[in-house]
Amino acid sequence: MAEPSPILQVRNLQTSFKTDRGMVTAVDGVSFDLFSGETLGVVGESGCGKTVTNKSIIRLLPEHVTRYGDDSRILFKDRNLLTLTESQMRDVRGNEIGMIFQEPMTALNPVFTIGWQIDEALKYHTKLNRPERRDKAIEMLRLVEMPNPGKRIDEYPHQLSGGMRQRVVIAIALCCNPEVLIADEPTTALDVTIQSQILRLMDKLKEETGTAIILITHDLGVVAQACDRVIVMYAGQIVEIAPVRDLFHNPRHPYTRALLDSMPKPGITGHQERLPAIEGTVPSLFNLPSGCRFHDRCQRAKSDCKETLPALVSITENEHAADGDQTVQHGVRCFYPLEGVKS
Amino acid sequence: MWAFTIRKLIYNIPVYLATVMIMMMLLRVQDPVAGKLSKNPTQEEYDATKKELGLDKPFLQQYGLVLYEVATWRFHRNMWTEPGVTVGDKLRTAVPRSLALTIPALMLTTVISIVIAMISAFNRGRWLDRTLVFFAVLGMSISFLVYIIFGQYFGAFLLPRWLGTDVFAIYGYESPLKDWRNWPYFMLLPVLISVIVSMGYDTRFYRAVMVDETQREYITTARAKGASQTKIMFVHMLRNAMIPIVTRVMITLPFMVTGSILLEKFFGIPGMGYVLLNAIDNSDFPVIEGFTAIFAGLFILSIIATDILYAVFDPRVRLQ
Repeated sequence: MAEPSPILQVRNLQTSFKTDRGMVTAVDGVSFDLFSGETLGVVGESGCGKTVTNKSIIRLLPEHVTRYGDDSRILFKDRNLLTLTESQMRDVRGNEIGMIFQEPMTALNPVFTIGWQIDEALKYHTKLNRPERRDKAIEMLRLVEMPNPGKRIDEYPHQLSGGMRQRVVIAIALCCNPEVLIADEPTTALDVTIQSQILRLMDKLKEETGTAIILITHDLGVVAQACDRVIVMYAGQIVEIAPVRDLFHNPRHPYTRALLDSMPKPGITGHQERLPAIEGTVPSLFNLPSGCRFHDRCQRAKSDCKETLPALVSITENEHAADGDQTVQHGVRCFYPLEGVKS
Repeated sequence: MWAFTIRKLIYNIPVYLATVMIMMMLLRVQDPVAGKLSKNPTQEEYDATKKELGLDKPFLQQYGLVLYEVATWRFHRNMWTEPGVTVGDKLRTAVPRSLALTIPALMLTTVISIVIAMISAFNRGRWLDRTLVFFAVLGMSISFLVYIIFGQYFGAFLLPRWLGTDVFAIYGYESPLKDWRNWPYFMLLPVLISVIVSMGYDTRFYRAVMVDETQREYITTARAKGASQTKIMFVHMLRNAMIPIVTRVMITLPFMVTGSILLEKFFGIPGMGYVLLNAIDNSDFPVIEGFTAIFAGLFILSIIATDILYAVFDPRVRLQ
């Protein structure tokens, strides 16, 4: 499925912000690989660091209040993105790494035509002349299945529906053939039928262009439909990373288990008990618990969980893992992971 | 858009007619004839003056006459303060002088304020922003007179001494039509003072507008596309901020013809500010009536132009 060498490697990413209450570390020691042609899901509750992780990759955080860890590295095509200058970074953004956003209603500039907005990205990153760029923009709109692209290109965002606007946002992100596409909750603001269309569209585009996708979401249903591998984040750290099948059928971290349990299951109707919720709240980043960050909400926590932070360790039992195929690796950050289920 | 413009103009005709009528009624509350007469006039003198001014005619006829003056753009009545000069002649000479001062001042103020506001908004909360806001508040808190006195002392007294050559006139006016160098010599200093005075307030206003814009999602999208800070500020943000900018600029536009009373007085520029102050001081009835009729028209036109410009800059505004 995936090529052996990763297109993007995140190593020990630590992102902190300067605030009035002192430094706060929103992402702490996140490492993962992204392979060409795969969709990597990033799930977790609000404020767990999903968005900060991905905005760090493309360096969209406000630089003057953001600090990256000294040994943090984001390796992309033999470069560490964290050490690039702003102007070098501009050549990466929208060109080699595209990004799409949660709110298609506000993500587009209301006073320019959608054609102009696609054209802008092409102008920065390609040598095409004006008519060629217009042809390319129409081609992109056709690719994202925009009805009547030749006419729509001259329309303004307010003339389009939410789903169509998200298609435009995707067209902008993909028009320069990026190797990596970061999608930050691309379907959250859309209704369910449109959501499914957009996910299918992204899947189709991934097949056609070979772009690797990082899909940030808090919706496990979206993960199940669209992702190949999944990262589960909690309080700024990865707690579990697994192929999507393993995550749903064989979750090993108590937090992942609790997340899956709190999801309604299709097919079970009638007198089902109330959905279980996870006790307690996400810890404040200003006041993180010692040891495992999940321990005070975890039913399996023992005394050492309160003192020592467990490392993310590989627990892969899959036969391909021995071949060094990282795409099937299953990692978990827990001293007492749940029992594995033999498939 | 043409249909919209024409309809707007037609809708505003009754507004204009009513404005002029109310203005004329108010001007007649206190007998205007008394202003023209000597201290103890006889009844004959009074009647003669009233007839000379046309105030003996029925009100509606006078009303029609003023409207006729506006429609034909010929204000043929004589001024009281400068006998022998018609109101129309005075306007033709004084208004361009005022505009030569106020229009460059408005343009400079607007452009400089917007640029500073954008820099400030993009560095919100940092020392650069705080410094700029500090100076904006300081600038708008100091009296106009302080700038005038300092400007005249520095620009027209100290500077020539240092440079050994005359740079700015301290007082007086000569037409730039005779020699273009008259403009910087007589006008540049008042223009600069006017810019400095208005800049503080405008910068704060535009900064508030720009801060709103910096928080919009489309900025992130533009950055994710690879747009530079300059492109984001001057293309994406500026176009979105055009509505409040247009509103602010257009509302001040009619006031350009009234000139700046203080600046014209202190620098001896015989523009509209000067003329109006004199006219009001001496109850110069024809000047006040004629000018108010013109100003009301300009004001209405600028409001219509504002509506049209909204649609030009923001496609979400439909002119139907």
